[in-house]
Amino acid sequence: MAVKSPAKKPIESSKKHIQSPWGGFFFVLPSIIAMAIFVYGMIGWTVKFSLSNRTSAWSKDNSFAGLKNFTGLLEDPEFTHAFSNLVKFTLVFMIGTLISGLIMALLLEKGIKGEGFFRSIYLYPMAISFIAMGTSWRWLMDSAQGEKATGLNLILNKVGLSALENNWYTSEKGSMYAMALPAIWQMSGYVMALFLAGFRGIPDDLREAARVDGASEFKIYRHILFPQLSPTFLTVLIILGHISMKVFDLIYGISGKGYVTKVLAIYMWQVIFDFQNYAKGAAIAVVILVLIAVVVIPYLIYVNKTEEANK
Amino acid sequence: MSTDIASRVTQSKDISRNKKKLDGAGQFWLVFRYIALALLFVIAALPIYIMVINSVKGITGVSQSAAFIPPTSLNFGAWGPTWEILREPMFRTLVFVLQSSIISAIIGSINGFVFAKWRFKGSTVIFTSFLFGMFIPYQAIMIPLTQFNKWAGIGGTIYVLVFAHIIYGIPICTLIFRNYYQGIPNELIEAARVDGASMTYIYRAIILPLSIPGFVVVLIWQFTSAWNDFLFAIFLTGGSPKLSVATTALNFITGSGNQVYYGNNMTASLIVSIPTLLVYMFLGRYFLRGLLSGSLKG
Repeated sequence: MAVKSPAKKPIESSKKHIQSPWGGFFFVLPSIIAMAIFVYGMIGWTVKFSLSNRTSAWSKDNSFAGLKNFTGLLEDPEFTHAFSNLVKFTLVFMIGTLISGLIMALLLEKGIKGEGFFRSIYLYPMAISFIAMGTSWRWLMDSAQGEKATGLNLILNKVGLSALENNWYTSEKGSMYAMALPAIWQMSGYVMALFLAGFRGIPDDLREAARVDGASEFKIYRHILFPQLSPTFLTVLIILGHISMKVFDLIYGISGKGYVTKVLAIYMWQVIFDFQNYAKGAAIAVVILVLIAVVVIPYLIYVNKTEEANK
Repeated sequence: MSTDIASRVTQSKDISRNKKKLDGAGQFWLVFRYIALALLFVIAALPIYIMVINSVKGITGVSQSAAFIPPTSLNFGAWGPTWEILREPMFRTLVFVLQSSIISAIIGSINGFVFAKWRFKGSTVIFTSFLFGMFIPYQAIMIPLTQFNKWAGIGGTIYVLVFAHIIYGIPICTLIFRNYYQGIPNELIEAARVDGASMTYIYRAIILPLSIPGFVVVLIWQFTSAWNDFLFAIFLTGGSPKLSVATTALNFITGSGNQVYYGNNMTASLIVSIPTLLVYMFLGRYFLRGLLSGSLKG
């Protein structure tokens, strides 16, 4: 224990004599094989399907179709509709969750009596399935208005904001914005936890020093704390982004396969199960995968690099 | 780098400092913070509040306009019939989720140990390529996986779900254990090595006994995500009633056509949520740790 850094070298080198450097490899080999087959291999398989003519369950025509299925998607109004829905949902969901999670963290960050209680309440939605919470949200976002109003419309009615009553997720234009509400509700606590971890990783001295120098609280956040949190911001954006691209249960639990709230994952499911069109379903899956991969792969490379640097 | 990201969150700041007399502005901000926190509390609690109060109004006692108002007397009438439908799927879910979680945790522990303490050439690249598996949309593997299940002879059995949750749980379980083991000082392992212990012995004799919190985190994580999973369940079981699990059975109850029976639906949703809620209530710290491990830092 008394050994300090200068003595580290000899131990490092002695390691090689004692232990085969490949010993560890054999213990993870089963997992490597599993990942190679079930993640990378199956992605390849799906890509192959997406480039094939297997457009029905009956004809097992696996011949090469080129990019036909993908160009077909562009001309499919149902697909473009689902895609634009997903974009709308993603924007509102990401911005909304980021803001509300950040507000929660800012309110708790300095420590306050009852913090543990508030924190657990804000985070519990993460422990419940979307299918179960969908029941409550379906009722909360019931489209009945005026005399028959229930749920959120009833609240708006009672507090004198009846002008704001609306059809929520069944409305033609605002459906995806309404659908973002339960998603924001579900994920805000997670973002709060990430930011709390970020805030509390910043040494107190930084804040104290700025205070001694007479900086206002606002300036301390703006110029000292937030810049320190940029890795947290990045993590939050990546997590929210990839969850949003994949969103399925949350929407299915509330409005099923309804047209106005259809997103790519729901449409893909419908294409596979209801229309049995494997090639087209695979093409939609590949689109979702690419959307995620263009963001996640650079992020993983970045994380990998910072890890190497910290070693 | 801090060793444990979760305790950073749970160890609240020392607020005794704030106890010295607050000036007017300080008091104003404290009141403001509590009002904001209380408001957020109401929003966060609203959906589960509705679920709870409407589950004890009986089958016919739920009126939509009074759904915010707690019942005057408790009526568990909706619980019996709902439980009848959910009992078998929930029991089935419990059994399969326990199997997949335990196996996932064992695999994760071995992998995590290697990636944290027994690195080999290229291990970081392999680890990163594992992590990608955590982010992929499962739609991108679902069609081949269904075919594989048929080919492997487990199609139409609950093992399709056990298998899927183990395989696609490898990245997150490995990550959680790797982060956890990185917190164990290298000196401990070096000392044992100098004494001539093999790495497998070190894993069994030193690392495993220290791993209990790591196992709790991974078990809870896998339990919660497999219990709440809907995507694998609906894709891989093809909606077969003899393979229905908690979420698919719930969806069968609350799905289209039955949406008006709010008393039943809320009760069913609550019953399905109880196991994960209990875990969250009693082991929330570990749940949080799993959640934060998924953020790749720590």
